Amino acid sequence: MHLRLLISVCMLSFCAMSGSQSLMAQGDSVSLSFADSVARRLTLDEVTVSARRHEEPVVPVQALQGSRLQALSTQSVADAMRYFSGVQIKDYGGVGGLKTVDVRSMGSNHLGVFYDGIEIGNAQNGTVDLGKFSMENMEQVSLYNGQKSEIFQSAKDFGSAGTLYLRTRRPRFVGGKSYNVSLTMKAGTFGLANPSVLYEQRLTDNLHLSASAEFAYAHGRYHFRYRRLLPSGQVAWDTTAVRQNGDVRQWRAEVGLFGYMPEGKWHVKGYFYDSEKGIPGAIVNNVWKNAQRQWDRNAFVQGNLTKTITQGYDFLLSAKYSNDRMRYLNPDTTLMYIDNDFTQQEVYLSMAHRVILSGARSLVQEWQSSPVEWDVALSADYQYNTLAGNLANFVFPERHTVLVAAASQLYWTYVRAQASLLSTLVVDKLHQPALQQPSVIRQQPQFTPAVFVSYQPLPAEQFFVRAFYKHIFRMPTFNDLYYTDIGNISLKPEYTTQYDVGLQYDKQFAYGVVQQAGAKVDGYFNNVTNKIVAIPKGNGQYRWQMMNYGKVHILGCDANASVTFRLPAEVFLSAALSYTFQSARDLTDPHEITYGGQIAYIPWHSGSLTANLLWRGLTVNYSFIYVGERYHSSANIPVNYEQPWYTHDMSVSYEFALARAGKSHNTPRMQVAVEINNMFNQQYEVILNYPMPGINGKGIVKVMF
Amino acid sequence: MSKRRLSHICFSASWLLLLLTVAGCRHEVVIYNSETEQQGTAQYDAVAGFYLLCEGNMGSNKATLDYYDFLNATYHRNIYSEINPYVAKELGDVGNDLRIYGSRMYAVINCSNKIEVLDARTCIRIGQIDVPNCRYLCFSGGYGYVTSYAGPVSLNDHYEQIGYVARFDTATLQIIDRCLVGFQPDGIAVAEGKLYVANSGGYMVPNYENTLSVIDLATFTEQYRIPVAINLNRVCADSHGQLWVSSRGDYYGHPSRLYCVDTATDVVIDSVETSVSDFWLDGDSLYLYSEPWSYLGETFAASYCIVDVRTHRVVKSNFITDGTDRIIKKPYGVSVHPLTKQIYVTDAKDYVTPGTLYCFSRQGTLLWSVRTGDIPAHVAFLWR
Repeated sequence: MHLRLLISVCMLSFCAMSGSQSLMAQGDSVSLSFADSVARRLTLDEVTVSARRHEEPVVPVQALQGSRLQALSTQSVADAMRYFSGVQIKDYGGVGGLKTVDVRSMGSNHLGVFYDGIEIGNAQNGTVDLGKFSMENMEQVSLYNGQKSEIFQSAKDFGSAGTLYLRTRRPRFVGGKSYNVSLTMKAGTFGLANPSVLYEQRLTDNLHLSASAEFAYAHGRYHFRYRRLLPSGQVAWDTTAVRQNGDVRQWRAEVGLFGYMPEGKWHVKGYFYDSEKGIPGAIVNNVWKNAQRQWDRNAFVQGNLTKTITQGYDFLLSAKYSNDRMRYLNPDTTLMYIDNDFTQQEVYLSMAHRVILSGARSLVQEWQSSPVEWDVALSADYQYNTLAGNLANFVFPERHTVLVAAASQLYWTYVRAQASLLSTLVVDKLHQPALQQPSVIRQQPQFTPAVFVSYQPLPAEQFFVRAFYKHIFRMPTFNDLYYTDIGNISLKPEYTTQYDVGLQYDKQFAYGVVQQAGAKVDGYFNNVTNKIVAIPKGNGQYRWQMMNYGKVHILGCDANASVTFRLPAEVFLSAALSYTFQSARDLTDPHEITYGGQIAYIPWHSGSLTANLLWRGLTVNYSFIYVGERYHSSANIPVNYEQPWYTHDMSVSYEFALARAGKSHNTPRMQVAVEINNMFNQQYEVILNYPMPGINGKGIVKVMF
Repeated sequence: MSKRRLSHICFSASWLLLLLTVAGCRHEVVIYNSETEQQGTAQYDAVAGFYLLCEGNMGSNKATLDYYDFLNATYHRNIYSEINPYVAKELGDVGNDLRIYGSRMYAVINCSNKIEVLDARTCIRIGQIDVPNCRYLCFSGGYGYVTSYAGPVSLNDHYEQIGYVARFDTATLQIIDRCLVGFQPDGIAVAEGKLYVANSGGYMVPNYENTLSVIDLATFTEQYRIPVAINLNRVCADSHGQLWVSSRGDYYGHPSRLYCVDTATDVVIDSVETSVSDFWLDGDSLYLYSEPWSYLGETFAASYCIVDVRTHRVVKSNFITDGTDRIIKKPYGVSVHPLTKQIYVTDAKDYVTPGTLYCFSRQGTLLWSVRTGDIPAHVAFLWR
């Protein structure tokens, strides 16, 4: 155990030495996945890593980071998430198209998305469009089923059925450098032009600055093809058209300050995003283009502070203010004219405390063996949301949310366990036009538990057996409750209960061709009740009403395997395979044809394969994504059948020093990359009537100094 | 393990893998074939059958056409693409009305901005008439009339888009004239040489329209408007010089209601204390169903009644007598066989799954029911 810690510390310093250019780390004799796993264990908290005996997480994580993340041909976070098991992406196509993520078929509203440690909310509709988060400055994307393997966190971290953490790059200065600059230009099909700049400055030893900006434009046009055959095999019709109104123009700017102090650190970030895009819409008979447009402006300032007050007591403070504006315009004269403008604001405050009851040692102190490590944590969050809009009869809702979480984590020889209890209190305030006084709606307080257990039966092997249970809910969103004419004020929360059992095995080999191999498999059962669904109403006009109506049972299996080969001549080859089986059955109404049917757009089988070849500065990456047959409705009848789809993507990238002289870390470096996506030009749809692009490509040039 | 057995296992495994690969691959899509079911008992009279237009949810491009054949007592589901396999993207997005006039059938496909023109007997496509945001149809003297929401836009602060009625020649399928009416015109009917158009104002919430536009057929110009009630929906003319008009209400304080207009004087002469979603006139019986939604009570309560157009009274408070009404989730259309008086009620369920067509005897007992396309709504009877 002592040895492993030592290795980890060495690895950490090695990572720091090898610097910000992750490709270099691979060029040296460090295995990609090993470095990854170290980074994962330590989460790169160079300053306040607690030296605990058990670094393996209680809660399994799927993570993409560093060079592997960069090597995948991904424009947005949603693209990267296709490589995770248990995840289904709803992709409406194109550069600016909406992309939402559904983890283990519980619905996209059950995924909490955290950006640099603080949740990105959308009180209006609960869905975060992951298509708009650029990969350019992203360092790590990690997905937890249930919650993060950490109890020292804000109460909101306990509050979702699945949690996605997006972590942007933190400044690291190597070889005595005091600044880093990276300039990137991407250009490709769909008229994509995507320049970006990243600047990092060491202000003092304990204060680092990071600033980045990015612009992206794409006209978004691409050819798509629909084709049908007669039963005889002859072509009935074969139509190729150009996808229109998929243009996107977006700006992003971020400034971060990273401060370090004895036994503590802080981070403040400002974020600004502005976009205008066309909404390409459904392709239906006689309608081949659409005119709807959307403008988004998201701005937030957030910060957090972690500090060890005395030995064994830490606290974490977080705060955020965000202001988001969305405008939707439907200027199509053949449809109802809509010009909706919504502004959301959020104020968020959180405080978390952790007391280490047993087995705590700071990294700087001498390691002492302890048979039991036991922590308890208490966190409390307060959040205030408002939504203003220009709809008729709009109620301008305000929401106060108080979350309190108590959690404990216990490591006892080879057993690790984590338990948490979250209490949620929500009070909404409405300003109904007809009433003088605002009305107050108190939601029933909710208490939701989670338990995670992991057991390592063989002390010498990285083999774990684990299980978890989590009961959680999502609050009805402002749209669900109060959207004029559609919302239903009497909605109750939608609940999910998850049961999961899994195995994980990893092995590192000091010698031989195989450097690392690992596999994990999880079986799970999820129960979604009180599911909020739209039910039609009214007199033949398209009027809907949100109701707590649905019930879904999900039985699934996620499996992952990875291997890294150390080949002669400094060649490393790694491959990762993921597979998901899901039976997500609609059990809403036993009298309907939908009863027992697989819910809309969830394939029974899906998976991905990625392979990555490294040779010095050269990286070749191949990936294959497969989504099996599905139905676009839980009425699983032939007219609702959706074909499987699968794409092959490939990228080649080469990084080299621009000058021979000087110390290696100060030499300007350049990276050149080419990506080809959907190489075999498959014409497919993820969502009915939303054709996806065929073969497309991108070129990337990056200069770093 | 013997070597032979091992090779056998390997062979089986690779065979299984191959099978899985083939099953998991994409294949060419063949156009939909119709499905046929035996339903009811054969009957022979002057009515050969009826078509049912299923709307399909917006954006799904799933407007479909079903046909019931009385002689063979067979229900044919989704017949359009089999008969017209060469039409790209099939029938279209959101069916809104279906009428047979002469030897041709006209299907209003709202979000495909067209009227699909088919041969009424064979369902073979003859052509289409492009009308943006088209709603409802009627015919008179060789011309078709269709309401549309998509008239000229007035570029003021309120962005108002007036509706119109388009007149088309049923021989050439060309639009030959337009007549502006109120905002978001829906139902349309001909009586006394005049066209009556129900202006809804459905896009203008809460400033609904409340008038019927009266258009002189000879000059095709709007003569005047008759104030009736807010958010008008359907109109039909009876054989007693009366026009029956339904108002949707505003889903809050103004309930839905049925009104009667005298077509000689163009004055509202009566109203009937019933809410109405849609109706079907057969002889002197106006079959109507309603499912009034109120935000105040947050309730649905479907009712199925018959109004006698001579007495203006509800003569039967529930034309479904065997309790089947309790299992109908979302009534979406009613029609009556002109000879046997069998009653057809459609159920649109949750709009995104297949609906059901219920056939009742004239006494109101269930004879048969069948699965339809998504959102079954509009029926047109085909005479021999």
